[in-house]
Amino acid sequence: MTSASDTALPAGSRAALQDESVGMTYLDRAPRRLVTVYLPLLVFVFVLLFPFYWMGVTALKPNHELTNFRDYNPFWPASPTLQHIRYLLFETSYPGWLVNTMLVALGSTVISLVASVFAAYAIERIRFPGSRWTGLAIFLAYLVPPSILFIPLAVMIFKFGIYDSKLALIFTYPTFLIPFCTWLLMGYFRSIPYELEECALVDGATRWQILTKIMLPLAVPGLISAGIFAFTLSWNEFIYALTFIQSSENKTVPVGVLTELVRGDVYEWGALMAGALLGSLPVVLLYSFFVDYYVASMTGAVKE
Amino acid sequence: MAGTAVAQGSAPPLAPAGKASLMQSRGMLGLLFMLPAALFLLVFLTYPLGLGVWLGFTDTRIGRAGQYIGLENYELLWDDSIFWLSVGNTILYTVAASILKFALGLWLALLLNERLPFKALIRAVVLLPWVVPTVLSAIAFWWIYDAQFSVISWSLMKLGLISTPINFLGDQYTARATLILTNVWRGIPFVAITLLAGLQTISPSLHEAATLDGATSWQRFRFITLPMLSPLIAVVMTFSVLFTFTDFQLIYVLTRGGPLNATHLMATLSFQRAIPGGQLGEGAAIAVAMIPFLLAAILFSYFGLQRRRWQQGGAD
Repeated sequence: MTSASDTALPAGSRAALQDESVGMTYLDRAPRRLVTVYLPLLVFVFVLLFPFYWMGVTALKPNHELTNFRDYNPFWPASPTLQHIRYLLFETSYPGWLVNTMLVALGSTVISLVASVFAAYAIERIRFPGSRWTGLAIFLAYLVPPSILFIPLAVMIFKFGIYDSKLALIFTYPTFLIPFCTWLLMGYFRSIPYELEECALVDGATRWQILTKIMLPLAVPGLISAGIFAFTLSWNEFIYALTFIQSSENKTVPVGVLTELVRGDVYEWGALMAGALLGSLPVVLLYSFFVDYYVASMTGAVKE
Repeated sequence: MAGTAVAQGSAPPLAPAGKASLMQSRGMLGLLFMLPAALFLLVFLTYPLGLGVWLGFTDTRIGRAGQYIGLENYELLWDDSIFWLSVGNTILYTVAASILKFALGLWLALLLNERLPFKALIRAVVLLPWVVPTVLSAIAFWWIYDAQFSVISWSLMKLGLISTPINFLGDQYTARATLILTNVWRGIPFVAITLLAGLQTISPSLHEAATLDGATSWQRFRFITLPMLSPLIAVVMTFSVLFTFTDFQLIYVLTRGGPLNATHLMATLSFQRAIPGGQLGEGAAIAVAMIPFLLAAILFSYFGLQRRRWQQGGAD
């Protein structure tokens, strides 16, 4: 985990370019590197990013350009327009879906973080009898996929009377967020030296004080990583939202775009792409501000 | 994994005086701290898991509580050719997509490990397919794969490689291939970035020493990079197999299991039967039928690949 966050920082800087620690690449001739490194990399980046480019271009094209490849260059909007975005924001429930997704993602992230901090601290530091098995159980819980849980959960949610409400999602998302966050935070807590806790114990601090005054401030990077990742996971969640929500005004962005913007056989591609673009924007922005934390949490969860 | 976790922190050096009183409260305190997480997971994860198994033995429908009917759901599924088709599809989808993801992801990781200008930027950008909500990027692919106005078909026709548009999602074979490639597209960044983190922990001096001894770049890859990475590869591929096997979103957006059920995975078939079809019991039975496959896949990819770890004599 540390290696990921360390290396994530300065790699592109001028100093790193002169750094020989990367290996023996300086032995390769430039033309050879062009074929073995730059060309394949270019293809990778092109393929990985093209759908987003296409999404953006389509969202900006007026309707008559969308399907007319003969008179217009398909790769560039001849007369870019905001009509699809305007339609989306003012004539559909899209803003409502954005708000719903935000509330659900924030609610479930906060619940999961709080529960996970306590659980991770208990497993990693209080070391109660059976903590080892609890840690293993948490990891196994992380491996239970939503696609085998959604049917029984739908039955339960109906019985609880929270079907078709945001609460249904806020309560079910932690099933995959808590195991992930706990697992990640366990790794962070493990990296904090015991001596700090010892000193506090000797000075008469309670467990609660140790957790809030010592562990949490030191684990802030871990909390940020877990929080961002959890937020992104809940923003992207689909199958629960599709199953548990019925009315248009309670839908989340992924479900809303897919089920409400497609009417019959007429696909409003411009509006669909604008919806996809706007719906991706919040997570992409969050990601771009916290790339290193994001990468750290992704690799951290795997590298234990 | 949990084993190493425990081994590292097994001996908290506590003051002897505080130790006794602390040990007494430890069980209570641990229970108290575990309570919120445990409550959530027991109510919304463990219980539904059991409930799902039970529902598989009933004829529950939407709006009607079910009766216990024994193995009837499973007997029906046994004779159901669509179910077996979905099982075959799921296995094909998982195997093909995982192999491609691994090969391409490892390649991308090796490329990103080179000395590059704008490395941090490239790496951040490469991860985007993983960050963007799958459903939303799948909608973009839906348009890219349009039967008439696909930009891929258009480009290939302009280049003179094909004469008619490719029917990406309308033909059962191309539809399967298309879905697998789209899943690979989404999975590559995860594999690449996690393996890259592993690559960066390999000391360059190993490669330098091997080069001095006359090793070719293939030999360096085969006998240094791959063995050093294999523990990480085991974990990454376990996760990848798990996510691919239970995939739902891509299929639901792009084909909904069509054409003619040719692309149904077990997860989508289970949804199809349970929610729009209303047969909760039968849907649950399909979901339960995924569990043995899932366990086998996890055990295979985890233990099968992990064995290399101690074969190499590596300590960690």
